[in-house]
Amino acid sequence: MNKVKHNPLNILAVHAILVIYTVIALFPVVVIILNSFKTRKAIFREPLALPNADSFSLAGYETVLKQGDYFGYFQNSMIVTVVSLFFILLFGAMAAFALSEYRFKGNTLMGLYLAIGIMIPIRLGTVSILQIMVASGLVNTLTALILVYTASGLPLAIFILSEFMRQVSADLKDAGRIDGLSEYRIFFFLVLPLVRPALATVAVFNMIPIWNDLWFPLILASGEETKTLTLGSQVFIGQFVTDWNAVLSGLSMAILPVMLLYIIFSKQLIRGITSGAVK
Amino acid sequence: MEKRKTRWHIVVFLAPAVLVYSALMIFPLFGTLQLSFFDKIDQQQVFVGLDNFRTLFFNARWFDSFWNALKNNTWFFVVHMLVQNPVGVMLAAILSSKVVWFSAFFRTAFFIPTILSFVIVGFAWKLILSPIWGIAPDLLDLVGLKSLFLPYLGLEGTALTTLALISVWQFVGIPMMLIYASLLSIPEEVLEAAECDGITGFAAFWKIKLPLIWPSIGIISILTFVGNFNSFDLIYTTQGGLAGPNYSTDVLGSLLYRTFFGFQTQIGDINMGATLSVVMFGIILAGVSFYLFAIQSRMRRYQF
Repeated sequence: MNKVKHNPLNILAVHAILVIYTVIALFPVVVIILNSFKTRKAIFREPLALPNADSFSLAGYETVLKQGDYFGYFQNSMIVTVVSLFFILLFGAMAAFALSEYRFKGNTLMGLYLAIGIMIPIRLGTVSILQIMVASGLVNTLTALILVYTASGLPLAIFILSEFMRQVSADLKDAGRIDGLSEYRIFFFLVLPLVRPALATVAVFNMIPIWNDLWFPLILASGEETKTLTLGSQVFIGQFVTDWNAVLSGLSMAILPVMLLYIIFSKQLIRGITSGAVK
Repeated sequence: MEKRKTRWHIVVFLAPAVLVYSALMIFPLFGTLQLSFFDKIDQQQVFVGLDNFRTLFFNARWFDSFWNALKNNTWFFVVHMLVQNPVGVMLAAILSSKVVWFSAFFRTAFFIPTILSFVIVGFAWKLILSPIWGIAPDLLDLVGLKSLFLPYLGLEGTALTTLALISVWQFVGIPMMLIYASLLSIPEEVLEAAECDGITGFAAFWKIKLPLIWPSIGIISILTFVGNFNSFDLIYTTQGGLAGPNYSTDVLGSLLYRTFFGFQTQIGDINMGATLSVVMFGIILAGVSFYLFAIQSRMRRYQF
């Protein structure tokens, strides 16, 4: 086929747009991180300059590490995110397997029931959720957050995973059955390993919203012991509004873990989105 | 024929998900609905029928707050539709064209704001737009527009639009990725056929690709709608619980928070909070149904 000739001016214009948008997308993040390494004077005098020998300072980070329990917050966020993801994947995959593998009365109805939650934000039930948590003594525990995130992550997880499980070959499962494997073994040892890419997609989709949520930590677990990184940095920064070094360092410390996670998982995330898993 | 035994493994597979989901998602929604029909009188929950809804819609003070939040929320959504989605489509169209170098790099970079929490995004922009720090005026000075600088987040007239644009900046990655995916799924033959007819570049986008990605744009619009009508975090982070200045950035989510928990001068009210949640649920349901029945069913889909 004849290649269509592209006007070099167009190509240049297209790249100019991309570069300009990259600057727009990254500028705030870069400015915050750069200035977190500067002295207070330098922050105000030359906010756009790189830190140099004169202006370099870690004063902000010292305040953050002394005043805010960032490691504690980080640990809480990590526990909540990892445990919620574990339950979303385990329970979600089990339910998806039941829905996609067996024909039983009420299968379609059950599928619909579990799918309603995809469109309804769980926040609208907050009033009742708080009452349930108060009644069961789970307020200010990480368990409360884990339960809520598991419940809210399940509908989409089940939807995506059952789509994938329908594609697992029936012959393989039947061969397992002939060999005398129980249904549980078939699920855990045959099916689950085959849908690993789908599991990863679901994990990556749920990870960011859980890590970043402010609403439920604020309402269900605002105690010092259970603060997540998102809530912790919100409160910390709110208290230190006038200490610019501390605020900028606090922000940078909140950015760092998400960026790391993103760099590790960005391929998976982008592949997950572009594979059309969320249509 | 032998009667089939109950297949217990199905129950075991379904039970954990169904239990957690029912207990913390479906049950609370009904619980909230129920609470909206009750009121606390002398420390007792008393059934009052639709009184709470009457208060919300006909008591001038409640209705003003609700109407203000609904109006602001609608504008918030309109800004997203007018800016976020077109910009997302444009970036996706550029990224999917074959002449672009480093497209993976740009894709990764454009998605970075989306992964940051509202707390980070809110404070970062608050600092950048702050007249004390002066980054924004300095930047405007570079392009000779310093006179345009205002404390955008502090003025009643500009705060809401500024917040909406910050939110657009954060979330433009999502429409970009989804549109990018659906652009990639357009078969090569279709585009080649168009090329043979002399339709290339911009014309190919308008005449061939855009009609094919309308369904994705529809899905993005409804995702944006649901997200916007329960947004709260960004406003709480930048403007605080009072959604200042003078409630000009109050949306339904922040109104719900104040109603439920109370804030400074106001005491929290579980029943009115529940009522407001039910109304928000109605709004979201109406939007989603409108999309499903009025728009999606009329949209033409092409199968390859």
